Amino acid sequence: MKRIIFLGSIIILWEGVYKLDIWPDFMFPSPLNVLDTLIDGLMNGTYSIALLHSLRRLLIGYTIAVTLGIVISIVLATNKTMDETFGTLVLSLQSVPSVVWLPLALLWFKMGETSIIFVVVVGGIWNMIMNTSTGIKNVDPTLIRCGKNLGYQGLDLFTKIILPASIPHIITGMRLAWAFCWRALMAAEILSTGQGLGQILMWGRDMGNMNTVVSVMLMIAFTGLITDNLVFRKIELKIFEKWGLMAS
Amino acid sequence: MIKINNLNKAYGKINVLQDINLHIKESEFVSFIGPSGCGKSTLINIIAGLDKATSGKVLVDEKEINGTHTDRIMVFQNAALFPWLDVYGNVAFGLKNICKDPNEIRDKVEEVLRKVHLSKFKHHYPHQLSGGMKQRVSIARSIVMDPKILLMDEPFSALDEQTRMLLHNELQEIWMETGKTILFVTHNIREAVKLSDRVIIMGIRPGCIVDDIAIDMAHPRQSTDSNLFYKEELIFRKLKVEIEKVAKEELGNEYNFEKNHLSWEHNNTMGGGI
Repeated sequence: MKRIIFLGSIIILWEGVYKLDIWPDFMFPSPLNVLDTLIDGLMNGTYSIALLHSLRRLLIGYTIAVTLGIVISIVLATNKTMDETFGTLVLSLQSVPSVVWLPLALLWFKMGETSIIFVVVVGGIWNMIMNTSTGIKNVDPTLIRCGKNLGYQGLDLFTKIILPASIPHIITGMRLAWAFCWRALMAAEILSTGQGLGQILMWGRDMGNMNTVVSVMLMIAFTGLITDNLVFRKIELKIFEKWGLMAS
Repeated sequence: MIKINNLNKAYGKINVLQDINLHIKESEFVSFIGPSGCGKSTLINIIAGLDKATSGKVLVDEKEINGTHTDRIMVFQNAALFPWLDVYGNVAFGLKNICKDPNEIRDKVEEVLRKVHLSKFKHHYPHQLSGGMKQRVSIARSIVMDPKILLMDEPFSALDEQTRMLLHNELQEIWMETGKTILFVTHNIREAVKLSDRVIIMGIRPGCIVDDIAIDMAHPRQSTDSNLFYKEELIFRKLKVEIEKVAKEELGNEYNFEKNHLSWEHNNTMGGGI
């Protein structure tokens, strides 16, 4: 309820400032017009198609980032030399914003899908690696001893005990990776070509149509919010509860 | 059945266990008691094969042990259940390693769950169980493997007194029924005296066996039995020396286990307050 009142007052305030007519339309759009454009765009398919395009890229990039991330973390967690060399590299690469990779990607993969997906992968993978390898390294040693005691060894010990025991960390990594991939995708789409949300946003700017720009921004925000809060948060909470990581 | 010959264990330069020699007969219930840091947990870990001795041998049925084996199963202090498996899955987890027939696995698991009174909680996950129930699952997971030797590392120390008493009786029943050899590490003298045939008192720095006391009384025992109190007192007196040693080391030489019984203060002598 509080949130609805808050949201309502923001829209009223926004409309009020718009009515004062300080800035021209193309710099400060009206919230009602933005809403109109948003509904219109969703109805006639422009936005929904763009959203589907973006989500498709996101899903491809995200899947690659997660799978590759898990594989690399397994190598890092089991091989000390790799951890000391490549592990530190991951740490420094993680602080590089993923858009920075776009110029290289454009050179390597040409303008288009592949380079955008590459940037998405790079956006999410470091977080995935960091979280998963921390998870694997921090498995309760008693569980490992218990597994050995019950006759598990080598690969069995890894797949049946160490990996499941690190699932809470892996899920956190997946949630963060999703968020980072989403940001990377938007940045890459704005700078590159195609039919995603980012491109519509840029197209709106080129047309001087702020209604489009702001409505696409809203869509981007909502998509991120919904997946993060409704999907990942829920899964994460459930897993944390089951693994006994929450004070009940 | 278990023979330990001249066993030594050192971490770096610190001797944790020195010259341990011990024979344990089949179906014997043996408790290890001693001050913290005396290496009793290390000893049981070495017998389990989870830790390696620096020198000396552990023989089980005349064969030297090498690593873990499913005939020596450990019950850990904090139950160490797998959170992603339900009670049934946890109990069946180790069994799947030594038994391939699914029907047999099911029958065995159901039977052992009945034995520890957890049949109703088969599909519960560890986070839904109380501490006592978790430890029951842990015990079930161990005895379902039908090991020759059951190793217990302070299994009840994290439980409240009532739950512990219940579990004592259950463990006693299980032991009398199955006749397993049980090695039981504990801090609690009463627990040790009530449950075991033999109590091994360990000393500290370096960890060694100080005394080996037989509790030759019939099972099952009631905790109100006055003979138990007599044995408790006997063990406490021997253990006191070792506990005092630790306390002196930690708190300085002036520490004395037994204080002067008379109250004595300079200002409070007879007539001093006049």
